[in-house]
Amino acid sequence: MTRKIVKSKYHFEPDLIETIGEVSIEEIKPWGSNDELKIIGKPTSRIDGAVKVSGEAVYTSDVILPNMVYAKILRSPHPNAQIKNIDTSEAEQLEGVLYILTYKNAPEIGWYYNTSYLFDKQVRYQGDEVACVAAESEKIAEDALHLIKVEYENLPFVTDAVEALKDNSPKVHEWGNLPRGNPDKYKRGDVEKGLKEADLVIEDTFTTQVVVHNTTEPHCSVAKWEGSKLTVWDSTQAIFNVRDSIAASLQIPASSVRVIKKYMGGGFGSKLEAGKYSVIAALISRKIKRPVKIVLDRREENLAVGNRPNSIQTLKAGVKKDGTLTALSHHSIGSIGAYPDGAGCSWPLRTIYKCENVSTEEYSVFTNTGKSRAYRAPGHVQGTFGLESLIDIAAEKIGMDPLEFRLKNYTDKDQVYNIPYTSKKLKDAYEKGANAIGWHRRNKVPGSSNGILKRGIGMATQIWWGGGGPPAYATLKLNRDGSVNVMAGTQDLGTGTYTFIAQVASEVLQLPIEKISITIGDTETCPYCGASGGSTTAASVAPAVRDAAEQMKAKLISGAAAILETSEEKLIYAEGIISVKNDPSKKITIHEIISKMRERVLVTTGARSANPEGYMINTFGAQFAEVEVDTFTGKVRVIKIVAAHDIGRVLNPKTLENQFHGGIIQGLGYALMEERKVDSNTGKVLTANLYSYLIPTIMDTPEIEVIIVSEGDSMISSVGAKGVGEPAIIPTAAAIAHAVYNAIGVRIKSLPITPDKVLNALTLIKR
Amino acid sequence: MSEETKSNKFSRRKFVKGIGSSIAGGYILSPAIAKAAKKISKEAKDFSEGKVPLSLKVNESVINVMIEPRTTLAELLRDELKLTGTKVVCNHGECGGCTVLLNNKAVYSCHLLALDAAGKDVTTIEGLSSNGKLHKIQQAFVDEDGLQCGFCTPGQVMAAAALLYKYSKPDKQQIMKEMSGNLCRCAAYPNIIKSVLSAVEKSNG
Repeated sequence: MTRKIVKSKYHFEPDLIETIGEVSIEEIKPWGSNDELKIIGKPTSRIDGAVKVSGEAVYTSDVILPNMVYAKILRSPHPNAQIKNIDTSEAEQLEGVLYILTYKNAPEIGWYYNTSYLFDKQVRYQGDEVACVAAESEKIAEDALHLIKVEYENLPFVTDAVEALKDNSPKVHEWGNLPRGNPDKYKRGDVEKGLKEADLVIEDTFTTQVVVHNTTEPHCSVAKWEGSKLTVWDSTQAIFNVRDSIAASLQIPASSVRVIKKYMGGGFGSKLEAGKYSVIAALISRKIKRPVKIVLDRREENLAVGNRPNSIQTLKAGVKKDGTLTALSHHSIGSIGAYPDGAGCSWPLRTIYKCENVSTEEYSVFTNTGKSRAYRAPGHVQGTFGLESLIDIAAEKIGMDPLEFRLKNYTDKDQVYNIPYTSKKLKDAYEKGANAIGWHRRNKVPGSSNGILKRGIGMATQIWWGGGGPPAYATLKLNRDGSVNVMAGTQDLGTGTYTFIAQVASEVLQLPIEKISITIGDTETCPYCGASGGSTTAASVAPAVRDAAEQMKAKLISGAAAILETSEEKLIYAEGIISVKNDPSKKITIHEIISKMRERVLVTTGARSANPEGYMINTFGAQFAEVEVDTFTGKVRVIKIVAAHDIGRVLNPKTLENQFHGGIIQGLGYALMEERKVDSNTGKVLTANLYSYLIPTIMDTPEIEVIIVSEGDSMISSVGAKGVGEPAIIPTAAAIAHAVYNAIGVRIKSLPITPDKVLNALTLIKR
Repeated sequence: MSEETKSNKFSRRKFVKGIGSSIAGGYILSPAIAKAAKKISKEAKDFSEGKVPLSLKVNESVINVMIEPRTTLAELLRDELKLTGTKVVCNHGECGGCTVLLNNKAVYSCHLLALDAAGKDVTTIEGLSSNGKLHKIQQAFVDEDGLQCGFCTPGQVMAAAALLYKYSKPDKQQIMKEMSGNLCRCAAYPNIIKSVLSAVEKSNG
C-alpha cells in the first residue's frame, strides 16, 4: 500500500488541531454492521490483567536501577514570597546527601510558558518548587529537606478568583491576574435580540469547587544517562510530549531522549505535560552520573500537580412558551492557580442545543494556589452542571418535561461550525436511558414524596469530542513462529489500550490473542502516537493497528501467491493459513511463508486515516440518576445511574463498562464530596491528604447500567470507534443534582452537594 | 529469591555470621546487643549507626535484616527486599494501597513499623500465587476486570484474600464493608465487588 502525506484536523479537547500526517492511499473498507467480527466488540479480559494482579507489572515508581539515588523536592510553605536566600550547607553535611539543586545553581530553564523558571526566586503558591536534594536513600533526602534554611519575604496573596479580579487585589504576576489581560469571548447571533423574542428569561448562578486528580501512582520519574543519551521512565499520559519538553529544557536533541512508560497508576489529565521533577531528575543525574528517581508524595499530589478549576457561572436563557431556546449566555470565573492555564467551561452551552443567539465570556484567573491542569473532560464537567441546571429550571418554568424540552432543542448540526455530525444517536440515548431508569417514576412535583428518606430522579446530557485523528502509527512485526508484536507510541492509562490493540491485530490476522504481544509507551522503539487525552486514544490508534494488520495480510497473500505459483485473487486467508479457493489442498501457513524467506520477520507500519472534511465528530450521551436523600442527616445516596451513550464502535465491552463505572463514580465524588479547600487567611491547602480530601469508596458504589446506543461510525475511520473516558464523567454530577432537586424540591446550585447544603436547603422549604 | 536480592547491604549470610544465629527465633535484638555485635564482627562496619536487626517471614522465607527503627513495613518490602508489588499510594494509612497480610490479616504496611512485624508471617502480592498459578482471587480480578490502572490492585487483592480468611461465605454487604478501606481512584468498584463475589462462589462451588 502506498502512502501520502496529508493535512487533517481533529479535536483535542476544544482545540481544533491541524495536523500533517502520513496516511495509506488505499482506504480500508470500514467494518459494517453485517461484518461478523470475532473478537472486536466481544468481552475480552485485559491482556495485562495477570501481571497487574500478581504485582509483576513494573510501574515507573517501581523502577530500581543499579546505583540509583533518590531525590526529594522542597516546596514553598507560603502562597506568595520572594526567596531572599537559601542556605544548604547543613543539609550538604548530612551523610548520604549527594547534590542539592536550587535557583542558585540550577540552569535558567523557563517554565509555565516562561512565566517562571524551573527554580525561581519568586514562589507563587504553597507547593512551588524551592530546592531538590538527591541522596543515597529517600529517607536521607527527606531528612536533608528539613536542614535547608530558606529566608522568605512574604508578600500579599490572593486565593479566590473573584477577589483576584478586583483592582486592589494582590497581583500573582506583575502584569495582572488574567493571563492575556482579557476574558475569552465567543459570540454568534444577537443575544439581546434573542432575549427580546423570548416569552421568559431565566438567569441563575451556579458554582463548582476545585477538585484534585489524586492518581494512585504519584507523579514520578527516573532519569539515567548513558553518554549523551538520556532515558527517562516517566509516569505520563504523553511520552512524546515529555520527551520534547525534556529535550527543550536541557537543550539537547529530542533524539537523545528516550521516554518509557509501560504501566501507569492513573492520570486523568494530570500527566499530560512534563513535570519539573522529570527535568530535575535528568539534571541531577547528569551532574552526579548516577540514575535519579523522584517520586512525589500524597501531599505534593494534592498541592502541586494540577486540579480541576472551580467555576462561578452565571447563565441566562431566553425561552418561548413552546420550549424553543431563543438565546443563551454564559459568564464564568474560575481560578487557574498561579500559572497560565484555562478555566473556561462554556463549550457545552455553545454546542449541545440548537440556539442561534449565544454569547460567552470566560475569566481564567490567576490566584496564589496550585496550577490547574486538564482533568477528565476539562471545562465540560463544570459547564454541563451549569447549563443542564439552567435547562432543567427553564423546562420547569414553562411546565415542560425536562426530557421533552431537550428534544425540542435538539440539533443535527454542530452549532459552532454549522456543519453536520458524522453520527449522532443522542435521541436513542434519551429514549433508552429514560426507559431503563423508569423516567415516569420521578416525582411530578419535586419534593412531593413522603417520609424521611426522599427519592428523586434526574438526568443530564453529554457532549464531547473524542473522534481522534492522525498522525497515529502502529508497526506490526510478524515473527517466523507466527507470533505478532505490535508497537505503537501510545499509552495505557488503565483504559485497556494494550487489549484493544491486541484485539484489532487478532481480528484482522485471525490469530489467537495469546499470539499477540504489545509494546507501547516507548519513544525509541515505537512509532508516534499522540498524547492519551481528550478521549482520542482508541479512536486514533485502533485504525492504525488495523491498517498495519491489513497490510500484513496482503503481504502474506502475495507471498503465498509467489510460493504456490498462483494469482493473489485466487487465494483466501483464514486463521493464518492461505489456501487456493477452489483447491483447498493447496495451502500454506504463515510459518511456511516466512520460513522460505531470508528475512524471517515481516514488518508493516499502519497509519490512522484522515478525518472527513466538513463534518464534526462528537460523542453524545445522557445519564439518568436515582438518589435517596436522608432529610434528617442531609446525606445523599445515589441508588442507580443509567448511562446511555453514543461512542461509536465498542471495541471491548468489558473494559468499556469498567471505564464508564469509573467515570460515573468519579462524577459522583465531584457531585457529593470532593473539594480542595484553601484557607484564605493563610493561603494553605487544608485538604492535602486522602483523610480530608474525600474520594468515593466502594461503599458509595451505586448500581450502574451502561447502554451503548451506537455502532461503528464508518465516516471517521475503518474501525469507527470514538472515545469513552471523558464522556463517562461529564453529565454525572448534573444528573445527580437534578435528582436531588426532584427528591427534596429545592435546587442546590453549588457543588459538592454536602449534607450541610442539603440541610440548609431543607430549612428554606420549612420556612 | 536469591540471598543477594533479599536486602542490599545486609544479606542473611552476613548477618548471621556477624551476630550469631540466636535471632532465628524471631526476637529483635536490642540496639545494645547490636552495638556489641558491631565490635566483634569484621563486617560490622556495614552496620550504619542506629540500625537494628529484624527477623520475620516474608512469603514463607525467613528474612533477617538490619533496619532503621523508623522503617515502615512497606519500606522494608519495597526498598530493602525489592518487593515492589506492594504499592505506596498515600503513605499515611488512608487508602489501603499498601495492604499486605500479617498472620493472614490485612494490614496497611505503610502504617506499621517493620519492627512490629518481627517474628510474624507477612504475605505480599508476590507470595499469593503459587507455582506460577494465580490465586483464585487474583484470577477472579482478571476474569471480572476488577481493575483499571492496576496500581491499587495488589492492595485490593490482598484485602480480598484477607476477607476470604475471615469469612467462608461473605455476602455483598460484608464484601463492601471489608473492602471499604481500599480506595480505587479509577473506581473499578462494581467489578471489584463482582471479582470478590466470583471468588467466593468458586471457593464454595
